[in-house]
Amino acid sequence: MRIGVFICHCGKNIAGVVDVKELVERASKLKDVVYATDYVYLCSEPGQKEIQEKIEELELTHVVIAACSPKMHATTFARAVKGVGLNPYLLEIANIREHCSWVHHDKPEIATEKAFRLIKAAVAKVRLAEPLEPIKVPLTRKVLVIGGGIAGIRTALDIANGGFEVYLVERTPSLGGHMAQLSETFPTLDCSACILTPLMVEAAHHKNIHVITYAEVKNIKGIIGNFKVTIEKKPRYVIPEKCTGCGDCMDVCPVIVPNEFDQGLGARKAIYVPFPQAVPLVYTLDLENCLNTQKLVVCEQCYKACGPRAINYLMEPQEIEIEVGAVVIATGFDLLPIENLKEYGGGKYPDVVTGLEFERLLSASGPTGGVVRRPSDGKIPKRVVFIQCAGSRDPEHGCPYCSKICCMYTAKQALLYKHVVPDGEAYVFFIDVRAAGKRYEEFVQRVMGEERIVYLRGKVSKVFQREDKLVVWGADTISGMAVEIEADMVVLAPAVVPSKGTADLAKLLKVSVDEFGFLSEVHPKLRPVESVSPGVYLAGAAQAPKDISETAAQASAAASKVLSLLSQKEATLEPIVAHVDKELCIGCGLCWKACPFKAITMVREEKREGKKRRRYAKVEEAVCQGCGVCMAICEKKAINVAGFTYDQLSAQVKALLEDE
Amino acid sequence: MEIAYFPGCTLKTTARALETSALAVAKTLGIAIKELPSWTCCGTCYSLAEDDLIKQVAPIRTLARTANLGYSILTTLCSVCYNTLAQANLFVKAVPTRLEKINAFMEEEANYAGNVEVKHFLTLLQELGAEKVSEAVKRPLSGLKVACYYGCLLLRPQNVAIDDPEQPSILENIMKSIGAEPVFFPYQVECCGSYHTAVKPEIVARRAHLILENAIENGADIVVTSCPLCSFNLKERQKDIKRLYPGFKGLPVFYFTEVMAEAFGITKILKGI
Amino acid sequence: MRLVLKRQDDLLKKVEEISGENVFACYQCGKCSAGCPMSTEMDLLPNQVIRLLQLGANEQLLDCRTIWLCASCFTCTARCPKGVSLTRLMEGVRLVLLRTTKEDQVSPKEMEKEFLPQVALISALRKFTT
Repeated sequence: MRIGVFICHCGKNIAGVVDVKELVERASKLKDVVYATDYVYLCSEPGQKEIQEKIEELELTHVVIAACSPKMHATTFARAVKGVGLNPYLLEIANIREHCSWVHHDKPEIATEKAFRLIKAAVAKVRLAEPLEPIKVPLTRKVLVIGGGIAGIRTALDIANGGFEVYLVERTPSLGGHMAQLSETFPTLDCSACILTPLMVEAAHHKNIHVITYAEVKNIKGIIGNFKVTIEKKPRYVIPEKCTGCGDCMDVCPVIVPNEFDQGLGARKAIYVPFPQAVPLVYTLDLENCLNTQKLVVCEQCYKACGPRAINYLMEPQEIEIEVGAVVIATGFDLLPIENLKEYGGGKYPDVVTGLEFERLLSASGPTGGVVRRPSDGKIPKRVVFIQCAGSRDPEHGCPYCSKICCMYTAKQALLYKHVVPDGEAYVFFIDVRAAGKRYEEFVQRVMGEERIVYLRGKVSKVFQREDKLVVWGADTISGMAVEIEADMVVLAPAVVPSKGTADLAKLLKVSVDEFGFLSEVHPKLRPVESVSPGVYLAGAAQAPKDISETAAQASAAASKVLSLLSQKEATLEPIVAHVDKELCIGCGLCWKACPFKAITMVREEKREGKKRRRYAKVEEAVCQGCGVCMAICEKKAINVAGFTYDQLSAQVKALLEDE
Repeated sequence: MEIAYFPGCTLKTTARALETSALAVAKTLGIAIKELPSWTCCGTCYSLAEDDLIKQVAPIRTLARTANLGYSILTTLCSVCYNTLAQANLFVKAVPTRLEKINAFMEEEANYAGNVEVKHFLTLLQELGAEKVSEAVKRPLSGLKVACYYGCLLLRPQNVAIDDPEQPSILENIMKSIGAEPVFFPYQVECCGSYHTAVKPEIVARRAHLILENAIENGADIVVTSCPLCSFNLKERQKDIKRLYPGFKGLPVFYFTEVMAEAFGITKILKGI
Repeated sequence: MRLVLKRQDDLLKKVEEISGENVFACYQCGKCSAGCPMSTEMDLLPNQVIRLLQLGANEQLLDCRTIWLCASCFTCTARCPKGVSLTRLMEGVRLVLLRTTKEDQVSPKEMEKEFLPQVALISALRKFTT
């Protein structure tokens, strides 16, 4: 055994704190270490070359690299050692940056000692390492995209255009998502529906895309390459194949309820399409509001009116099973309920509305036909106050983050308002205007300069009703004055939050979420569209607040990740999975019960002459995630995760703790 | 279960009406509250300094005596006393050394372990339930439009709030249960100027004017409050308001318990309103 | 108006120590000023009090009327998005002044002009005297 130890300076990040020369000297004396050196940037091209040359020159059999977190460069170094024929699982990384120099920058001596111990532990571990080969599994060349907004549509189209089959599942009766609700989009003022609906239609007609609307993902099993998905199609009570979308049923339906698509500002019938350009253009009967119940039919108006006999009151939920090789989550966002913003009278005063509600009031296809009318009395508001950061950048409301889209959409809404109500006044309260995007800043300057909209730098503290006005108490910190505005309408820009159900879906797919419920990516900078669960990718605002252009970019990125996966013959899995030593296993089943991925089954030995057939645990390698729960619970040390065996870990811990 | 009652200084002088009516209301509703046999100043106005423990001695002494008499709940009528006692209680419970120091300082008292809960009388009524209150009504105050004024100290800071700090309803619910009609009153949580009444009465008059005008424009016949200081500012400062704003018509101000006592048939003070 | 900035954080440190608050957690959104019931009477807005502490503009701060007009109503604290208690910071500034100058802001004599409830007298004495 010939171990080489390479210690990285990471510029001053490591070498500025720990004594690298001392580490080299002490590491070279460790058992089986034949060579130790230091280098200024091991991750650089020449740094990697240095490692490769030394492996060849000194015939190194194992390598320890003491550098930054393996999350950062494990793959870089693995590739480097593999390049010269060394099995990458004979490489161990000691994290002496994040775990040492960064956190102990004020105590260099202790940091040096800790760094040495980390290296010593890595050497002890790598001495027991075995070469491993990646696991290959067959790949189902189909994809599930969850969420039919712009993120899901863009992803589905890109994958389908690449030649693979896509199932696009949407919870509501139509594709489109929030983008379909918007009037115009910033900064180009393109009509949102005009640029979105062609994509919706393209998706629906694409030979590689199966659009499944009014449906939800109920269950997902399996792993990258082979997911088994159960989708529940909610009963529409309208047979899609027969429905022509003529709307005769809607005309005769006697029940009128608020339309969710109009944020409740407009009305729909109990049998409806959410908006005229809906895709698919198939009616949905909402049984919750219909006069009929599952058991009792008291009104048959729609049934009678329907020429093609498409209505079926007895329709049941339907479960579909599909198999896919990859999943893209594109479930989008919701707005923080404004009932949480009590100081602004959210939920109390009808004329305090959200940005999304205001979009519907601005939209030519909205409930007011594009004439801005306030909800309480239908009057055209002559003085409108926009309040940004309504819950965003606000730890006290649980959202310390910036919602990113509000500065731009508020500017756009103020401009559109001025265009439809030229004698109206608009005031925008902001903390900072964040307009970092292509032509964004120019757009905001146009809104301020050309539209002459007054921006007040400060937050609003209270909104309350006085007669038919809303009194707004705000601050303008630039002039240093508290201000009062008697407004006709107040538009809040509530914090962007993950859409309802995101948490459940994340659990189902074993994707982690951050403290606010947004889906977590593997690496925020370098791997922004991959989830921690292999084969599961992220697109759109489900990952973090983002606008349409950024969403489209991320959606295409997710699609390209999927395409590169599907263009391979088989899926490659990390070989860091559990192995059972049949001789030691007593078949107790503890690991079987403990495994969170259901990767273990209990099996019996083949018949043996004259002997009892023993029971033992068997690991499905393609399902095992290498978490090690089985290993921790096994009383006989019979199950071990490759690369992290009991012996390796205990050697590592011993080396860490023992004094020289 | 008997609940200890801490009156505080002002209830024995300018706010006698609050105490008398509240005790009558409690008796009618069967809420067993008993005045502490010996009590000192609550320690108002609550000290907001971290480094001045001596200011916490008065409220903690009261809580220690309450605990020592075997009570687990202490109720107050005055909002200022409530706020001081409740905040002091949280302050010493948050850091054990604070309590240790104060206990060591009050050597003549039994140690306080942080085991008394401070509840405003309004919370006791809420816990009793609107139905019980309604049952006791002999003369429903139908048609009486009431502006429920909370002021600051029942609702802020949040950790001692007896209700939602922005849209409270506890007083409204009680008024409804005695047949009165609470009016929309967005100034109900606006500060009246508080202790500035002692040094800058004109500022307080301007504040009180805004609050009362808001009650008037929303059609209130009377204002109710639970705070002797708010009550003074809204009621007694009306003569200053009239001097500053000659058009001001005035508006009667009562303690909420006075209005309850009226509905229970105990008193007759609302004649002509 | 020009303020020469240099590290002058003695006041800041004392105020933070007394109040237990972090002055630099404030991002100057002005919500405190927007809702302050006393803002019409003030010479500095509440958020400017914090700003002067952040800048170390001690003279300007200690001269202001605002800190003596704050009525400790907690409106700013209740609505601060960052959870900063400006109410406590105001008290901190007042206490620094009272403790260092030993000058009372009010005398019992001044309050004798009319019959006042005790709670007003005691509170005022607590807030305005050493």
